[in-house]
Amino acid sequence: MKARINGVERELADGTTVAAVLTMLDAPAGGVAVAVDGEVVPRATWGTTAVPDGAVVEVLTAVQGG
Amino acid sequence: MDDPLVIAGREFGSRLVMGTGGAANLAVLERALVASGTELTTVAMRRLDSTGGGVLDLLSRLGIEALPNTAGCRTAAEAVLTARLAREALGTDWVKLEVVADDRTLLPDPVELLDAAERLVDDGFTVLPYTNDDPVLAQRLEQAGCAAVMPLGSPIGTGLGIRNPHNIELIVARASVPVVLDAGVGTASDAALAMELGCAAVLLATAVTRAQDPERMAAAMRAGVEAGRLARLAGRIPKRFWAHASSPAPEG
Repeated sequence: MKARINGVERELADGTTVAAVLTMLDAPAGGVAVAVDGEVVPRATWGTTAVPDGAVVEVLTAVQGG
Repeated sequence: MDDPLVIAGREFGSRLVMGTGGAANLAVLERALVASGTELTTVAMRRLDSTGGGVLDLLSRLGIEALPNTAGCRTAAEAVLTARLAREALGTDWVKLEVVADDRTLLPDPVELLDAAERLVDDGFTVLPYTNDDPVLAQRLEQAGCAAVMPLGSPIGTGLGIRNPHNIELIVARASVPVVLDAGVGTASDAALAMELGCAAVLLATAVTRAQDPERMAAAMRAGVEAGRLARLAGRIPKRFWAHASSPAPEG
C-alpha cells in the first residue's frame, strides 16, 4: 500500500502503524505530533493505529520561528 | 519590581516575550534569549526533518517556556489542526494563533482568525491571537474567550514601529485581558512606546534576531520594556502647547 508521509509518497507494508512510521523517520522520543488525514493521532494510540492505504500523514515538530 | 505579567492566571516576571525566528544559529539565539530575560518564547510547528531542530532542547535547558504558534496557516481549519498538533507535541494548550492573509503583508485575516479563535477556545485552548490593530476585532476576540489580544504595531518583520498608536490605546482602554504588542518593533524605543501606551507586554523576534548584535539588542529591548512599564505606571505629564517654567519666577 502507499501513503504520503510529509509530502513524500512511500510504499508501506499493510498494517504499518503510526509508531512504525515514526521509527522509519527516526523521530525523536518527544516533541513530535502526528496527523493522519487531517486528524491528530494521540501519542497513546500510535502503537495501535494502522496507517490506511492512500493516507496523508503529517509528522510535525517544533522549530525556530515566530 | 513586583509587577508580574498575568495571562490566564499564570504569572511571568518578564513582560518581554521573544520569538525564536530569524536567529543565525542556536548559539546566537541562546545568548539573545538569556539577555532578553524572557520567560516565554514562540516556536513554529514544521514537518520533521526540516531545518531548525534542537530549539526545544535549548528552551528546556534555559527554563524558558515554549509557546507554539500557527505561523504559515491561511485558514481557520489549518490553524486549528496545527494548534492541536502543537498541543500533542509539546503538551501545552497555550497557542499563539496566527492566520495570515498573504505573504506580501503577512497581515492577519480577521475572518479566519476569529473563526479559529472560537473553535480553539471551545476546544479548551488558551488562545493568544496575533491580530490587526483594530479595536473592534480585538473586542470580538476577547468576547470569543481569548486569554489576551496581540495587535501588531506594523507588519511582521518591517521594524516600522507602532504606526497607529491611537488604535493601540483604544484597544488597551477597552480590553480586560492583557494586550501584547506583537510585530513591527524595530528598536528599544518602539518597545518602550508600546508599554507607555498601556500594553501589558511586547512580543518581538526579528528586531533582536536580525540586529547586528542580537545579544545587545535583546538587552536593549528588555530595558525598553521595563522603562516603558515604569513610565506608564508613573503617569506621564500632560502635553502642553506653550512652555511652562519649572523654576520659580524671579522676584520682581
